[in-house]
Parts: sequence; structure tokens; C-alpha cells
Amino acid sequence: MKANYGYMDGSGEYYITIDTDHCIECAHHGCLDGCPKGMFEIITDDYDDEVAQIKEEFRKKIKYDCADCKPVKDRPPLPCQEACTPGAIEHSW
Amino acid sequence: MAEREFWRWKEYNWHDENIDWKGCDTITAGVDVGSVSSQAVIMVDGKLYAFASTRTGSDSPQSAQKVMDWALENTGMNLDDIHYKVGTGYGRVNVPFADKAITEIACHARGGNFMYGNTVRTILDMGGQDCKAIHCDERGKVTNFLMNDKCAAGTGRGMEVFADLLAVPIEDIGELSFDVEKEPPPVSSTCVVFAKSEASGLLRKGWPKNKVIAAYCNAMAHRVVTLLERIGVEKDFAITGGIGKNIGVVKRIEDELGIEALKADGDTQTAGAVGAALFGKALLEKSRKS
Ligand code: SF4
Ligand code: SF4
Repeated sequence: MKANYGYMDGSGEYYITIDTDHCIECAHHGCLDGCPKGMFEIITDDYDDEVAQIKEEFRKKIKYDCADCKPVKDRPPLPCQEACTPGAIEHSW
Repeated sequence: MAEREFWRWKEYNWHDENIDWKGCDTITAGVDVGSVSSQAVIMVDGKLYAFASTRTGSDSPQSAQKVMDWALENTGMNLDDIHYKVGTGYGRVNVPFADKAITEIACHARGGNFMYGNTVRTILDMGGQDCKAIHCDERGKVTNFLMNDKCAAGTGRGMEVFADLLAVPIEDIGELSFDVEKEPPPVSSTCVVFAKSEASGLLRKGWPKNKVIAAYCNAMAHRVVTLLERIGVEKDFAITGGIGKNIGVVKRIEDELGIEALKADGDTQTAGAVGAALFGKALLEKSRKS
């Protein structure tokens, strides 16, 4: 399942997409420690699979919470994406 | 005399008198406690038996109890006769009698699959205070979802505010929105607060009410189409939630997408509770096997 967390507003679209099909097979859950803001958590979803999600309290302000990882110039690889070796995480901006 | 509440939509209950639940093997219930409205659905052997739809009060557990009691009214059934109960919606963890809580995203997909058939692949749920775009497979399992709950634009609450502002009963808004000579451009703001002041400004400028309504429905449709486009629209397409009953918004969404939405037999507002009751059936059967 592709789960999109975030929002769109007048300034743009800010979504983090987690492809939870990768999470089902993932043993290390690198996203948990990989994100310096601690935005990820592991839950048992509605289909009884253990998957990652963005914590509720971050969902309406991810543009601001992720800002430190996204300098305007010379953007380095995102820590969450580097930590997620199965490649489940995408950002829309 | 009490002031008329133009936002107030129809609250009602129903049950199928042709079903004798006493001889049934599975009786399950789904209770969808949303931020604006609550629905309870009872299914017997996977068939829709009874439901109630009412406004959510300030206390979620009480609202859940009230809507469940109303669904049970005149059925001869008690809460204890129901084998498995699932809570869903914004207040899902506050349904005191629920055996399990399941997200409204999964429930709308499953309920949409039941109400519209297993060809439905995209569901737009236009709820009281949020909007969800959901892709699902032929079993009603979610494959992709996106939610907008950051603002009330494109939601039932936004429409209620608008109905009160224009002093037009909410049920009439859809039809009236077509009573215009030419489709006006959408109100430019997507924010309910600004859209409201923009609409007041248009009325002061002399725009007829129907034209303002059309402009608002147009804006709401455009707003949710933008949301849908983020995950794409796969056919078949269906709209659930209270706004699914507003033809003025539904038709404009269809026109903008170039896709006709499937028409439901039942009340689009009950889709989440139907899905919850179906999850209840699956979970009950699983527990009986183990
Ligand atoms: S590291 Fe990636 S695949 Fe593993 S749980 Fe986290 S998001 Fe899912
Ligand atoms: S960009 Fe940074 S703050 Fe945002 S989710 Fe990834 S690691 Fe966390």
C-alpha cells in the first residue's frame, strides 16, 4: 500500500509517501532512528501488517519539520531515505 | 421562534423488516464516529439490515452509543445480540462497546467495494472535516491513499457553513447550483473562512444566490480534483461521504475529471460504517475458526 502523509496548501504539495509493501519484509526499521526528528513509527495496520507511518503530530507541518534536511542549495541525500534501504520512502517536494 | 438552521441535514434510521435476524449466523455492527456526523450499521450474514445516521455531539462515546441505539430501534435486537462491533472514523477509539477500531480509510474502501461493486478502484470520501482519496483492489483492500484534513475546504463542514451564510437548506444547494445562465468561475479561495467572505462580497455586489452557490460548488469540486490527481483516478470511480449526496459538487467533479462516478443504491454517508461492519464479519469468522 502507498500511504501518503502530508498536505497541500497555497504554496505547494508536501507529502511523504511510504510504500508499506516494503515495510512488511523489513527487519531493521531504519527509518525510526534515521529521521532526526523522530517522525516515523511502526504500527500494526488494518490488515495486521507491521508497517511504518508518519506520526500524527507531524502530518500537518512536515514542510517545516523536514526543512532542516532540505537546504535550498546543494541538498544532501535525505537521512530517512538513506536509512530505508528497501527504498520505501518518497518525498513530493 | 427558533432560528432556522439551514445547515441541518436529514438524520434518520432504517431497518429491513424482511430480514429475520434471529435465524442468522453472523450479526456485526460498524460505528463510524466522524467529526460532524455519526453512522451505525448492522449487518446480518453480510447483508445490510439496519442503520442510523445522526450528528456527532461533543462527546464521542455518547454519540457512538446514541447512534447505535438508534440503529437498533424497533428491531427487537439488543447490543448484546451483535457478535462483533467495529469502531471507525475520527472517534473510533472512543466507541465504548467496540471489539476493535479500524481506520476510516480501510473502512471506506471496504464499504465502497460493497456499495458500488468490486470494480471500484478509486474512492473519494468527502467527509465532515476531511477528504480522502483512496485506491483499492477488487477485494476492497487499500492500495494507495491520501488524506487532506488540514483545512475544511471541500468538506461537509465547509458546505454547512456556506448553507447558513446563504440561508439555503443544505439539501437544496446541489440543484440550485445548476440554476444559472452560465457557469461562473470558482470562488478563488480554497479556505472556508476566505471563501465565506468572498461569497459575502459577491452577494453584496449583486450576484444572485444561485450563481454564488455554483461558484462555491465549482471551487469545492476543483479543490478535491487537485487532491485526487495527486494519486490519479483509476476507473471505476465512486464518491462516499455526505458531499456524495450533493449533485452540484458531484457533477462538477465528474465534469472536471471526465469520468462519471458510480451511483450507490444506499446512502453514501454510511459507507464507512458498512465497511466497519464487514471488517467485523471477517474478524468474527476468523476468531471462530481459531
Ligand atoms: S526502513 Fe523503510 S521499509 Fe523499513 S519500516 Fe522503515 S519505511 Fe518501512
Ligand atoms: S527529511 Fe529529515 S526530517 Fe523529514 S522525514 Fe526525512 S529525515 Fe525526517
